[in-house]
Amino acid sequence: MVSVKVHQVKKTFKAEKSVVTALDDISFEVKKGEVFGLIGPDGAGKTTLFRILTTLMIADAGSASVDGFEVVSEYKEIRKRVGYMPGKFSLYQDLTVEENLSFFATLFNTTLEQNYDLIKAIYQQIEPFKKRRAGALSGGMKQKLALSCALIHRPSVLFLDEPTTGVDAVSRKEFWELLRQLQVHGITIIVSTPYMDEASLCDRVALMQQGKIMEIDSPKGITEGFKKPLWSVRSANMYQLMTDLKALDVVDTCYPFGQYHHVVFKDDVATVDGARQIMSGVAPDLEVKQIPATIEDCFMELMRA
Amino acid sequence: MSEDKVISVDQLTKRFESFTAVNAITFDVRRGEIFGFLGANGAGKTTAMRMLCGLSFPTSGKAMVAGYDLFKDPEKIKKSIGYMSQKFSLYEDLTIRENIRFYGGIYGLTDVQIKSKTEFMVQHLHLEDQVDKLVKSLPLGWKQKLSFSVAMLHQPKIVFLDEPTGGVDPVTRREFWTLIYEAAHEGTTVFVTTHYMDEAEYCDRVSIMVDGRIDALDTPAELKRKFNAPTMEEVFVQLARKAKRAE
Repeated sequence: MVSVKVHQVKKTFKAEKSVVTALDDISFEVKKGEVFGLIGPDGAGKTTLFRILTTLMIADAGSASVDGFEVVSEYKEIRKRVGYMPGKFSLYQDLTVEENLSFFATLFNTTLEQNYDLIKAIYQQIEPFKKRRAGALSGGMKQKLALSCALIHRPSVLFLDEPTTGVDAVSRKEFWELLRQLQVHGITIIVSTPYMDEASLCDRVALMQQGKIMEIDSPKGITEGFKKPLWSVRSANMYQLMTDLKALDVVDTCYPFGQYHHVVFKDDVATVDGARQIMSGVAPDLEVKQIPATIEDCFMELMRA
Repeated sequence: MSEDKVISVDQLTKRFESFTAVNAITFDVRRGEIFGFLGANGAGKTTAMRMLCGLSFPTSGKAMVAGYDLFKDPEKIKKSIGYMSQKFSLYEDLTIRENIRFYGGIYGLTDVQIKSKTEFMVQHLHLEDQVDKLVKSLPLGWKQKLSFSVAMLHQPKIVFLDEPTGGVDPVTRREFWTLIYEAAHEGTTVFVTTHYMDEAEYCDRVSIMVDGRIDALDTPAELKRKFNAPTMEEVFVQLARKAKRAE
């Protein structure tokens, strides 16, 4: 069953002298209960897409539906059944945790008690601070409160715009564990992130760049689509190694990836010995191994196309 | 302080009433080093960094930054360092040229110096066609590279970078780190915070803050060995999970 459908959506913004294309002919479908990731840097068009799907903005062209309702003509129905957590904290800073929740519950004609089972795992972590004003919460707690408020009316589709941006590695992990728990309730989740490593936590992802979707697939499908052999190399002086490898004619790309550089050759090289042979002049202590591509390797390859 | 150390911190502490944000941290940073300053949200990184930049007065301890005593000469420290964060960088309503001129003026560069710096930067960052455009019209990645270069205008001894690559695409993120390597290679000390754990691997040494303390400080290779972890991400997770205080 299709939960969200986007068909040839376009959106441009006029600046003083130029026109910025935020979304350039975007199409995709998300199935009910899926965790669907929009992966891309700032300026990819992720927030614009969210605003169109949550009926806060109208596309220039194309059509979109959420839960079977059309985003323009049936926007009122959509507003009843989606939860939206914007990238910028948008709750009432002067209300307490408890007051914010009860405010949003009342708007949707419901109560915290009726939906406690759904938000329990998240809300329990901030419950000790329920008398504290939202403005005085830490970043991580604000995020949990915002997610609780977005869920208070049992939405069928949840839109999360960069929930983990600026959040440390541990809190990011915990946040994704919470999202996974929501899946058992059958909620469709569309989540955007600039962190490529989070793509592997989604069922399917769209890789976005400058208003375009470069590829849509499961994380596994995307990484398996990287057809060229990829080599992971390191030596004692990584900065020198980078400079030397980039100077080699046979090297197509060389990107730093933490403690290794990832290298692709212009002509396919099939064996470790072959790869070592090509790079033999570079560093005496070269460590070489063939590795499967990560989402980030694929993203950068697609950016070149 | 020896010639080699550009930052030397001893038992530096910052308390806000009963809350100890930074709890007796002690470390040195060498000239030309890329020093990664890691920690969970709320561990005290920002407070520590603000103290080292002379923006927040410490409660106790000792610190020398760029050759000056943090308690006596914070103003001199400000002149000897560069600072860049994702949040505050350049004036969006000024052009690239105007931004360089403005910051050059603030840092006391002469007109001749500003002119030659502008030419160098525009060429180095390939901004020839953009130099008279408003900064707000530039893609985020370019803004970040430009604001790094602006933070380096007055050839500071140390440059502080607060999450410089957040939200930037993966190719630009790597180009940004090339700029960092170049700066370090030329002798500038780079003090950098990040949430990207692969970037921690690019640092010469990394410190990890937990609950206001520095709980680990070493080269990435040595940290991974000590914590028996394959990646810096795992080292970070092991340490940050020990945190007791709620952000």
